[in-house]
Amino acid sequence: MAQKAIREADGKKMLARLLGEYNDEKYVEDRFISVGPDTKLAALAKEYPWLKETNVVVKPDQVIKRRGKNNLLLLDADWEKAQDWIAERINKEITVGNVTGILEYFIVEPFIPHADADEYYVAITSVREGDNILFYHEGGVNVGDVDEKAKKMLVPVGSFPTADEIEKELLGQVPAKDRALIAGFTEALFKLYADCHFTFLEINPLVVVGDRTFVLDLAAKLDNTAEYLCGDKWGDMEFPSPFGRVLSKDEEYIEDLDTKTGSSLKLTILNPKGRVWTMVAGGGASVIYADTITDLGYMDEMANYGEYSGDPNEEFTYKYARTVLDCMTREPDPRGKFLLIGGGIANFTDVANTFKGIIRALKEYQQKLIDGKVKIFVRRGGPNYKEGLKQMKELGQSLGVPIEVYGPETHMTKIVTLALKESK
Amino acid sequence: MNNNTVKKPDYVLFNKQTRAFIYNLQVNAVQRMLDFDYAAKRETPSVAAIINPTGSDGYSKFFFGPREVLIPVYKSMKTATEKQPDADVLINFASFRSAASATMEAFEYPSIRTVVIIAEGIPERQVKELIARADELGKVIIGPATIGGIVAGQFKVGNTGGTIENILESKLHRPGSVGFVSKSGGLSNETYNIIALNTDGLYEGIAIGGDRYPGSTLLDHLLRYEKNPEIKMLVCLGEVGGTDEFAIVEALKTKKITKPLVIWVTGTCAKAFTSEVQFGHAGAKADAEMEQADAKNDALREAGAFVPNTFDDYDKLIGEVYNDLVKQGVITPAPEPEMPKMPVDYKVALKEEMIRKPTNFICTISDDRGEECLYGNKTISQVAQEGLGIGGTISLLWFKQLMPQYAIDFIEMCLVITADHGPAVSGAHNCIVASRAGKDLISSLVSGLLTIGPRFGGAIDGAAQMFSQAYDEGKPPAQFISDAKKNGVNIQGIGHLIKSTHNPDKRVTLLKEFALNNFKATPVLNYALEVEKLTTAKRDNLILNVDGCIGISFVDLLRNEMPKEEADDYISMGALNGLFVLGRSIGMIGHHLDQKRLKQGLYRHPWDDIAFLDN
Repeated sequence: MAQKAIREADGKKMLARLLGEYNDEKYVEDRFISVGPDTKLAALAKEYPWLKETNVVVKPDQVIKRRGKNNLLLLDADWEKAQDWIAERINKEITVGNVTGILEYFIVEPFIPHADADEYYVAITSVREGDNILFYHEGGVNVGDVDEKAKKMLVPVGSFPTADEIEKELLGQVPAKDRALIAGFTEALFKLYADCHFTFLEINPLVVVGDRTFVLDLAAKLDNTAEYLCGDKWGDMEFPSPFGRVLSKDEEYIEDLDTKTGSSLKLTILNPKGRVWTMVAGGGASVIYADTITDLGYMDEMANYGEYSGDPNEEFTYKYARTVLDCMTREPDPRGKFLLIGGGIANFTDVANTFKGIIRALKEYQQKLIDGKVKIFVRRGGPNYKEGLKQMKELGQSLGVPIEVYGPETHMTKIVTLALKESK
Repeated sequence: MNNNTVKKPDYVLFNKQTRAFIYNLQVNAVQRMLDFDYAAKRETPSVAAIINPTGSDGYSKFFFGPREVLIPVYKSMKTATEKQPDADVLINFASFRSAASATMEAFEYPSIRTVVIIAEGIPERQVKELIARADELGKVIIGPATIGGIVAGQFKVGNTGGTIENILESKLHRPGSVGFVSKSGGLSNETYNIIALNTDGLYEGIAIGGDRYPGSTLLDHLLRYEKNPEIKMLVCLGEVGGTDEFAIVEALKTKKITKPLVIWVTGTCAKAFTSEVQFGHAGAKADAEMEQADAKNDALREAGAFVPNTFDDYDKLIGEVYNDLVKQGVITPAPEPEMPKMPVDYKVALKEEMIRKPTNFICTISDDRGEECLYGNKTISQVAQEGLGIGGTISLLWFKQLMPQYAIDFIEMCLVITADHGPAVSGAHNCIVASRAGKDLISSLVSGLLTIGPRFGGAIDGAAQMFSQAYDEGKPPAQFISDAKKNGVNIQGIGHLIKSTHNPDKRVTLLKEFALNNFKATPVLNYALEVEKLTTAKRDNLILNVDGCIGISFVDLLRNEMPKEEADDYISMGALNGLFVLGRSIGMIGHHLDQKRLKQGLYRHPWDDIAFLDN
């Protein structure tokens, strides 16, 4: 579907596993342990004897930015201490910036003693014309604005820079002793990045100690549409939800449903107590409905974002609708709630067919909808829309829940204004 | 390279002469394009050919208005471009796995200028490679992940605009003055309607697709519209994510865009979400401040675009800008052409109860139109789950009712008993001879079945008819026998070669006792047993035989379960022959399989078994 962030441990393990395929040097040794909610900490030392031999670094591994500045970094600790540190934090809620989430995953790796001067910054980012390699001869948490400072090398699509070219273009300020090593490393890194369909890869810092490279901190995104091309190289890859986005049972259910159909089904609960619920057809239209609620100043009342599109069959639409209805009727509000069954003018989705599934769900939740004082607004167009709207109108006669029905003659977001007016 | 068409200006991708290839057999999309063509009064269909990589060369039939036309189908893109050099558009319906390679191939043919990529989910790196190659060769990409686009009244890509009703309602069959571009295909359709309601209509609309790296950008198309003198105002729908809209801001500032532009960037709700949310479109994700929809809307407003406060006012603002252009004399609305009359598809018309037609066939026993086929009023799975068996199935399909258990059991008993009677009887014999002649199962079976007639197997039916008629006429058994003798007819169902009163046929005993014990009434069977008493008194092998017993009992069974007239109808329609044919098929199939399994060679009857005589 798009660019997806991956766990630091997964990214580092990929480097350790695959960099050698692009260059004979062994640049990165696989000494990375991913700790999750099911990991038995005490048993790890048996599998990874180096835990007893060297001090370690521990960081949360949940795509959180600026971990160092947020006090989420344990440096140079022995394994005993590291276990305590993890145990104190795992499954606990923390707030980073304005996002609150639960810590569940950590990465454990050897602590690499080094001087500040050994740190470098390297990143590869995707742009329309190709990919930019960014390099700065200083690295680490205080590197500052790399967009401004770093040297940039645009690699056009389909070409691969040689170590010489990289050295010439990017490594001018690197001490001579490290140049060849970093150039070779970057050459291989770029090939790996391109071959494995990364869309973003940032190492900060890359550390050179003697003749060895160490990837101390890594952030990366993969293009998950390329799974059919390089799923084998990725290995068992999991794309974590953004930090703070703990999927609710319902969201998980819809996500699971989504993978079972060629159509698209999405649900994000924003505020379970919100009074304005949407069930909108179409990726574009769904955003506009959410926009309009926001732009009219009712951000706090917006309960969910979601969409169904790509002509889902009646069964999937029914299951989707049932989930939304269930969420919205769990906690009734004495002032009532509003359900917007919206959508633009479909190109090829059969409106009457998708409405059949929704109608089935509405009938099933009839009593709960009445008890919850729900009012429904419908707006939709497209193939067979007249039949679909007719069925909705007929349902309105018998359901005991008020349903207002509009077609393409009415502006798409008009029902938002209508609902919000009543919600005052 | 274009023989007949005048070279079009660069800013025109599609016009009324444009013809396209459809890559992959997308019959619905092709038909929708041809429907549009007809509504737009195009002279030639806009589809030059279908390229079907998994098929073979040939033709496919489509409607062009009320008539049908043949559209060529080619297996290879190369052949297609050679045979149809006037087509300069390829609409690529390949899946996300093969869309990139098909597009790359299309680029290599000089006659193809524009490729529209429909597939969603093509890896970004592949798309970037396509973009680079297109730039090199001067080709245009629309998509990926798009519905396509439309030039009103001239050319329509694939499924753009949805159904023909919507195309007419949104006035896309004739040109207006507005150029529109957006990412979303669904919202394009919505906006075409908004444009139709608030202006003189759309001139051209393109959906560039929701990917992060669209093959052509919003700005690319706005700049084309800027150059096109037919287009008087621009409408655009942007989206959170990406920086495309800032390129438009630059173009406004540098006066590369001078025509009035109404634009709204969607995704202003992104600020309401505390953590990252992926919207429906791959490119729609806001991570940097620059990409926030609000920032884009503000920058566009500042650069001189017409930006509403919310999407809710989008339509009004489009209307206002249009009305100003009319006031200024920039646009003079053309008189509305007559609505084209579109033939309605038979299926649609029928569904909407606009037409009716007498049927040529009637069926009252089964119905496979629903989710599951019905035998009578039972679904097949019910028949199976309720254990109705073959007897129940016959009851439903032959006699159109679910008979009580005793009847079902009796039907099955008849089938078991008639299934086979050894290899020597004429039917099985013929089946075996045919099978050994190398014929297949059906031929061998039919060869045996065709033997069934008055002398072989027909006694069931004959006995049923004779006995029921005599009984109904109230003929005393003695008279029945003497009448038969007088008329020189054999009494069907009486007599056996080997079996006799002293050596009874066990099958008959079984059937008879079942009928007497379980049937509600057995008047015809009772009558036949009276007749048997008299015939066996004459000779002890003149017993009621198995054919007679089945036929006569079945008359009683049917008369128990339905009115007499109906029951008699079933007998005269041949239901009893059906029972024998069905039962005996089991045995004949067995004999055929047996012969094949034993690899029996061609049978030739020995001469010494034939008396060659002078006549």
